[in-house]
Amino acid sequence: MSETLSLDERRPDADASAYALTARGLTKQFGGFHAVKNVDLSIRRGSIHALIGPNGAGKTTCFNLLTKTLTPTAGTITFEGRDITGMRAADVARLGLVRSFQISATFPHLTALENVRVALQSAYGKAFHFWRSLSAVEPLNARAEELLDRVGLAQSRNLTAAELSYGKKRALEIATTLALDPQIMLLDEPTAGMGHEDIEPITELIREAAKGRTVLIVEHNLSVVSTLCDRITVLQHGQLLTEGSYAEVSSNPDVITAYMGGVDDD
Amino acid sequence: MMTRILLLGVLAVLLIAAPFFAYPVTLMTILCFVIFACSFNLLLGYTGLLCFGHAMFFGSAAYVTGYLLKTTGLSLELALLGGAGATALLGLFVGLIALRRSGIQFAMITFAIAQFVYFLLLRAPFTGGEDGMQSIPRSALFGVFDISSSFTFYYVVLGITVLSVWFFYRIVHSPFGEVLKAIRDNDQRVESLGFKPERFKLVAFVLSAALAGLAGGLKATVFQFATLTDVSFPISSEVILMTLLGGLGTLSGPIVGAGIIILLNDYLADFGEWALIAQGVILLLVIMFFRRGVVGELDRVLRKIRARRAS
Repeated sequence: MSETLSLDERRPDADASAYALTARGLTKQFGGFHAVKNVDLSIRRGSIHALIGPNGAGKTTCFNLLTKTLTPTAGTITFEGRDITGMRAADVARLGLVRSFQISATFPHLTALENVRVALQSAYGKAFHFWRSLSAVEPLNARAEELLDRVGLAQSRNLTAAELSYGKKRALEIATTLALDPQIMLLDEPTAGMGHEDIEPITELIREAAKGRTVLIVEHNLSVVSTLCDRITVLQHGQLLTEGSYAEVSSNPDVITAYMGGVDDD
Repeated sequence: MMTRILLLGVLAVLLIAAPFFAYPVTLMTILCFVIFACSFNLLLGYTGLLCFGHAMFFGSAAYVTGYLLKTTGLSLELALLGGAGATALLGLFVGLIALRRSGIQFAMITFAIAQFVYFLLLRAPFTGGEDGMQSIPRSALFGVFDISSSFTFYYVVLGITVLSVWFFYRIVHSPFGEVLKAIRDNDQRVESLGFKPERFKLVAFVLSAALAGLAGGLKATVFQFATLTDVSFPISSEVILMTLLGGLGTLSGPIVGAGIIILLNDYLADFGEWALIAQGVILLLVIMFFRRGVVGELDRVLRKIRARRAS
């Protein structure tokens, strides 16, 4: 095991089976503009991997390509040995690759419990049963409550998502994502727009949720990245700038220049 | 809970007693439009789809049901099911085309197809063209019950309406309905959870088309004729008005809206064009001041009172 790891440190391609998600030559062109250009990325299984970069670096585009929200102009994406380049978001979600959204992506008119239950319905196979009452999905309630409890929303189960505070909405999103029991979670700026008092609990939630899974996270807040992530990829102008641990990346002169002469903590 | 049972009881008594006090045909028209409004509410209120040509289902089912009654001698319930089945198929076809787009483009595609259906029915040999299809017989229900008097027929229409509203309620409060509401709120997120939203929208569209068809077929048997008015754009826009006026996304809103609009049309019938102007003014007022609609605003007021009492 330790030998494989050291091999990987030197040659990222050496052992493909150590990686949950890989991208090769990933490119996205909008008209003449290359939003993402020839990016290679390997996310080690079980790690928390961050994708960072200054504004306009192509993080979100890259993220949307990996989650199949956008179709790449060129390149391939492999998830657990399977080529998913041509697949739809709904299909990769069923394989175990599930994303969150930058803007709060709850279902505002549904209660917290219903939000999670919809996600649980995905694997339950009764989602088209329009002739049955909701008692058909009541067996899912126990699991939904368990997930809500896990993110600290047990008290809010009967509130609609619209009534929840911003921090609680993000927690609900994580519970909804966890409902699919994904092998890999891709989180789009989970702390975006949050006050300091909310950031710490969400970071803790992500750390807890990441146990036994792989996580790829796009994040602006470098203090979150430094405490949470094992490995960091830096993008600039749509291209790969560098990759490494937080210590390596933050001392890299190119990264410091890219972030305008300093690590900004906001 | 008790108050709800009490309310439903009062409503039941009123509905049963209604034809003793009011003109049965007006009452039946309201009931037909109640079903029609529910079918529209399923799309706009619970799936987030604005269909701009819903009259194509209402009107074409009126012709199909009428044709079946006139030429085949089928009993009433089979003719109605035939009409609803035909529009379900039409809904499948329209849905497959229109659901490739969303928002305003979806609305415009449904509008375009509805116009096409209108001209098709104008030209088709069996519809009677500009004259419409006249003297549709009210064949016996289940082949035995005589329903030729409007008074008796009212109770049949009432029964079918109650069943339809119950069916609508069942869809909205089903596992499927839960996913539909999630799609209405955020379809990208639903896709990311492993669902294919367009398939759910298609099923909802077909169900809505069938329900609209049932309403149209029923209307053809109430008036005993089917005309091009039933497939025309004013009917499509009227159902939008009913839904907005009653309260979008509320269960009973569009039902109340249907009642108000039909009664209004009835009272203003003598004033000709004034009915349309009144509709326009009402729509404006609702959009500017009562965005939740009648039921939505009422619900808000009741909640406020309840909250004040609790505190």
